[in-house]
Amino acid sequence: MEFDTATLLAIAAMSVVTATTRLSGLWFAKLVRPQSRIAAALQAVPSAVLMSVIAPAVFLQGPAEALAAGITLLLAFRLPMMAAVVGGVAAVVALRYLIG
Amino acid sequence: MPDEQSEVRLGLTAILPAAVAVIPFGLLLGARAVEQGLSVGEVALMSVLVFAGSAQFVVIDIWSEPAPWLIIGVTTLMVNIRHVLMGASLAGKLGAFPALAKPVAMLFMVDEVWAMAERRALDRTLTPAYYAGMFGLLYANWITWTVTGAWFGRLVSDPYAFGFDFAFTAIFITLLTGFWRGRQTALILAASSAAAVAAKLAVEGPWYIMAGALAGVLVATVVSTSEAADRVEADDGI
Repeated sequence: MEFDTATLLAIAAMSVVTATTRLSGLWFAKLVRPQSRIAAALQAVPSAVLMSVIAPAVFLQGPAEALAAGITLLLAFRLPMMAAVVGGVAAVVALRYLIG
Repeated sequence: MPDEQSEVRLGLTAILPAAVAVIPFGLLLGARAVEQGLSVGEVALMSVLVFAGSAQFVVIDIWSEPAPWLIIGVTTLMVNIRHVLMGASLAGKLGAFPALAKPVAMLFMVDEVWAMAERRALDRTLTPAYYAGMFGLLYANWITWTVTGAWFGRLVSDPYAFGFDFAFTAIFITLLTGFWRGRQTALILAASSAAAVAAKLAVEGPWYIMAGALAGVLVATVVSTSEAADRVEADDGI
């Protein structure tokens, strides 16, 4: 099993950077006063981040993905999560085959 | 206090779809890393110490020998800067965690674990056992499949073929429905979508996540202030 010095250094850099970004939220949250405007804005983080992560796949990737996203959304209101996800994936596979 | 064993089991169940969907990506990442000159041991070490799928994919793409550690570090920061916002939001939901468990939980905050934890915290207290069930499975799963990919080479050439890529989109869409709070959410989602799409079209790289997230949060400061004002008026009426 070989380990290269430059590679180890790069992995260490990745590890330190990732740990720092993950831990910094705890520190950041301590600075935010409860009831403040920033505290209220932080409540929007889950919706805002989730939407931003999926936006390119939903709006830019193509009609198959856009349609499948709509189908997944409808399923999510009616079915348990696992079933909605499986249904959404099945929809995208079928739609990619049908309309590319 | 809820029964710990059942909390772990619920956490495992919640993260299972993500764990299955990530398998072909783990295999692909391991194989690509070896093609770029990493050893199997180095792939294992990276997954153990970094445990950040999207950053690992981006970094392996730009890998060369000897590894340009500074570029790799900066690129990792660019991909992972979203954690600051995510962590600041999740930190408020760790009330049931012992002081020392909070930083440990944060170190394992990958996107799927974070999203599921936020969703769980909407309905119930997020327990350390539930959280550990989620990241424990995903962590072991990620190490296993990236190393398997590094060991055996290209078992999977295209995770897109069977829609595995869309599984993450589908998971996040189903989670999003839980966060719906009416008009306010509609405005936040619209702002985030527009900014993320615009940023994705305008610049290469992962900036679209931060652009969309910040746009949504910015809109929330405006909307929540006006709703808070409404509440004050309502209180005055009583």
